Amino acid sequence: MKIELTRQKVHNEFAKKVELISGQNLFACYQCGNCTAGCPVAFAMEVGPHEVIRYTLLGLEDEVLGVNTFWLCASCLQCTSRCPKGIDIARVMDALRMVVLRKKERKDHIQIPEFPEGFLEKVPQIAFVSGFRKFLS
Amino acid sequence: MDYLYFPGCTLNTKAKNFDQTARDCSLLLGFELKELKNWTCCGATFPLATDNIMALLAPSRILATAREEGTALTTLCAVCFNVIKRTNRLIQEDGEKRDKINNFIEKNYQGDLRILHYLEILKHEIGFSQLKERVKKPLTGLKAAAYYGCMLLRPFEEMGFDDKEKPTLFEDFLEAMGAQATEFPYKIECCGSFQSVGSPDVATECAYKILGSAIKNGAEAMVSTCPMCTFNIDHKQSDIKQKYLDFKPIPVFYFTQLLGIAMGLDYQTLGFEQNAVDPLPLLKEKGLL
Repeated sequence: MKIELTRQKVHNEFAKKVELISGQNLFACYQCGNCTAGCPVAFAMEVGPHEVIRYTLLGLEDEVLGVNTFWLCASCLQCTSRCPKGIDIARVMDALRMVVLRKKERKDHIQIPEFPEGFLEKVPQIAFVSGFRKFLS
Repeated sequence: MDYLYFPGCTLNTKAKNFDQTARDCSLLLGFELKELKNWTCCGATFPLATDNIMALLAPSRILATAREEGTALTTLCAVCFNVIKRTNRLIQEDGEKRDKINNFIEKNYQGDLRILHYLEILKHEIGFSQLKERVKKPLTGLKAAAYYGCMLLRPFEEMGFDDKEKPTLFEDFLEAMGAQATEFPYKIECCGSFQSVGSPDVATECAYKILGSAIKNGAEAMVSTCPMCTFNIDHKQSDIKQKYLDFKPIPVFYFTQLLGIAMGLDYQTLGFEQNAVDPLPLLKEKGLL
């Protein structure tokens, strides 16, 4: 993919929004990949967390919001704990979820009626309560 | 001394065995868990979006009510512990958010509660050496893997529970009980957490890696501090077995269940019927029934 870099592109509105919600400075990231290396769910991600940060800084909003990376984040904070630049990456992943979930048309990531039979009885409440907070508009 | 106690939703239902064994053991150890009045769900996730004040209200209200009853608050569930401890610290440090929250919940809470995990009481208030002397039935020969998960430890600076990468508190506890703590590299890895609702297959895979690593290092059982972890590593073993045919299930205990055995409680009061993988054959083999 060819990307033309301009000052406007790097200081884009999308990145600003993500920084505002997450409270993190994305420009601190130097792409070492420690977050992705330690992420327990990276094996299922389309792109790693460090790539998501880079794409965000390049203003590639549609591409970033289209990958499964931040939906798979389990907020385990391993990346946050290991980032040498002190970026709370889990907050960045949550901010990306929020960008989608806060859109005025409901953008639920999971559909409760589609849960398999017996699922509600089996799974503990904490999983539902935290899951709903992460996946529902 | 008694401790004000916040059980949380799951300990009141699907992890009753965790709650009950902790209460029974504390009586044997000379303290009582005094249940907080009118408690609610803590929200089960600390809001990572910095502008989400709404998700801080439930844990703040719990903290403010607890402060009216005492100076410390104890939890067992690692998720509740994380949410409550982080919220408490935020109220302490962020004056602007503190005012907003207090204004909303009509309280005046300043963040001056001590938040304790049950394991911290055992370590710091009783002491593992004291605890060891109280053991009636040592768990000799039981190779158990202490599984920390995420929420007890991270973020390290806020939780202050133990070392960031190589914690030992949980192993020290198991050794005090007479068990042999299995060291394994996945002890601080995530079980998949709430992905059991969002992407169940991913959570199953996480659980498989953790269990596989523990088994490879010689563990005969896992020990957990969290009903979310327990769901993923215990109840999902049937799913793992379907995918990986050579997988041999191993029992997952709450640490209070092992404490109960060591303290000499009757195994029939330890709620093993709520464990997904039946721990009785292993306990029988080890002569611990």
